[in-house]
Amino acid sequence: MYTMSNKIKLFSLILIIIGAIGLVVSFINAPSSVEEVKEMLHAESASHGGESVAMVGDDHASEDAHADEHAEHVYHQLQNKPWAALYVPALFIFLISLGVFVFYALQNAAQAGWSPVLFRVMEGIASYLVPGGILVYLLLVLSSLHLNHLFVWMDPDVVAHDEIIQNKTAYLNTPFFLIRASIYILGWILFSKLIIKNSRKMDEGFDLSLHKRNFKLSAGFLVFFIVTESMMSWDWIMSIDTHWFSTLFGWFVLASILVSAVTTIALVTIYLKGKGYLEYVNNSHIHDLAKFMMGFSIFWAYLWFSQFLLIWYSNIPEEVTYYAARLQDYPVLFFGTVILNWALPMLILINSDFKRINWIVVFAGIIILVGNYLNFFVMIMPGTVGESWSIGIPEVSSILLISGIFIFTVFKALAKAPLTVKHSAFLEESKQYHY
Amino acid sequence: MASKVLHAIFTDDDILMQAVKALREKKYSIDEVFCPFPVHGLDKAMGLPHTRLAITSFLYGLVGLAVATWMMNFMMIEDWPQNIGGKPSFSYLENMPAFVPIMFEMTVFFAAHLMVITFYMRSKLWPFKKAENPDVRTTDDKFLMEISVNENNVQAIAEVLHENGASEIKLIDNK
Repeated sequence: MYTMSNKIKLFSLILIIIGAIGLVVSFINAPSSVEEVKEMLHAESASHGGESVAMVGDDHASEDAHADEHAEHVYHQLQNKPWAALYVPALFIFLISLGVFVFYALQNAAQAGWSPVLFRVMEGIASYLVPGGILVYLLLVLSSLHLNHLFVWMDPDVVAHDEIIQNKTAYLNTPFFLIRASIYILGWILFSKLIIKNSRKMDEGFDLSLHKRNFKLSAGFLVFFIVTESMMSWDWIMSIDTHWFSTLFGWFVLASILVSAVTTIALVTIYLKGKGYLEYVNNSHIHDLAKFMMGFSIFWAYLWFSQFLLIWYSNIPEEVTYYAARLQDYPVLFFGTVILNWALPMLILINSDFKRINWIVVFAGIIILVGNYLNFFVMIMPGTVGESWSIGIPEVSSILLISGIFIFTVFKALAKAPLTVKHSAFLEESKQYHY
Repeated sequence: MASKVLHAIFTDDDILMQAVKALREKKYSIDEVFCPFPVHGLDKAMGLPHTRLAITSFLYGLVGLAVATWMMNFMMIEDWPQNIGGKPSFSYLENMPAFVPIMFEMTVFFAAHLMVITFYMRSKLWPFKKAENPDVRTTDDKFLMEISVNENNVQAIAEVLHENGASEIKLIDNK
């Protein structure tokens, strides 16, 4: 039985407090009026030694009008900034816990023989589905209450002048959006509660009917998941760039979710093993997780590149603006994610011996998690804050806040049940697992 | 080279593994083991070094990547940089996404084929090669262990083999 150490409790509380303070500060610091932004822009151009003056034409009136428009534009971006900064990690970490549960369901449905000793770790991480789901839903509701402009199609003024969005309102309208979101989140939570409940019940004694029920539930969940995941990625991420669409977007998001999820399982497992809790986990289990990390990171790169290549190659204006905005304003992050999410993990984890060494797996895992956070950052930020992005107080503090909540929830949930399932059809095989 | 070898036949891979371990414990060296199918853990029990085929494959992959990059840079950028459908042929990097499918396939092609050829060469396998099979039954259901012996230890080794379940033990002249 695992008990949550005071160190972890304190650590996660510190993360939450620092993150909350930083987030409050960044909401206060967000400009509250266009005038403030004008002053700020003015001060900025003054500090650049009046370079911008030369760029603007002679006509004073149009110059002013242009400056006003620009200030208004920047004002909306800066107002969005703390919201988007919070939305990215809230969504990312919620989807990690969802991905962990998907991986768990996959192990059940595939009747995997290596993983039952890791089931409780996965169940623990999946427990974040509830607080994470509430948080994400809350953010979506706040967006639909016009507290921010994360989703441009939620603004009736914009839609009134935008024929492209008007043609999409049958799908992209606030009530339907919120109903869909609640169906996804409730569905995922419901499946996780049912499957985990059965797994806990199985601790009292092996029961074939429970085993079969979990098998069927897992298979059913995977079908439900692949449909809802695809729609979720259209709703929560792709609709930010409302004019743009991509058919493999759902898969691309899925790859990012899966690789981060497996990485998180590996990191939590290595931590618990290091503390001496997971008696039956050996380096073959770590090796398997590391193989999945490497495989899914290559899968991610395959989809990243497929999406990019097809749009770059055909170069149709209505599609290519998506990448034009990213290449112009986020070149380092845009290509940096490929290095962090594909090149480094592949080169580090290609060696079979390295996949058994804990610190190397942890090292690669941290790279993958950072890279996939940035992947979500590059998916969401260009449509919400555009060129006004930075990684500063709002971004870092919201990562700290959310990961604090995540760590607290997960380790609290891990302490609720024995860390190794007592009965599972494949438990003995998993204990003896050797690769 | 010892002038005589012992051929011990086993009927089961578990018994074979046991005999291998017993011989290794007594520091007798095993020349060769013939099996009809891969026996899991036999290489470890015999103390064979790990294969380096994977490393050669990685290096061959790098060669393939280099060949593809050099080839397309020369053909598409240096030799005749045409404007084909508005693709930017000014530098390799600018047009790289279009080259990636070929770079990938060439990497895989080189890594796979050169590794297979390396495997054939290292294991001395080729068409019309004379099969080195000490006993035809080893391709079907028997396991055969070959141990070089001399006058001093032949009796001791044969005893170890016998104790560990060899179903036939033959002493034959080494050709």
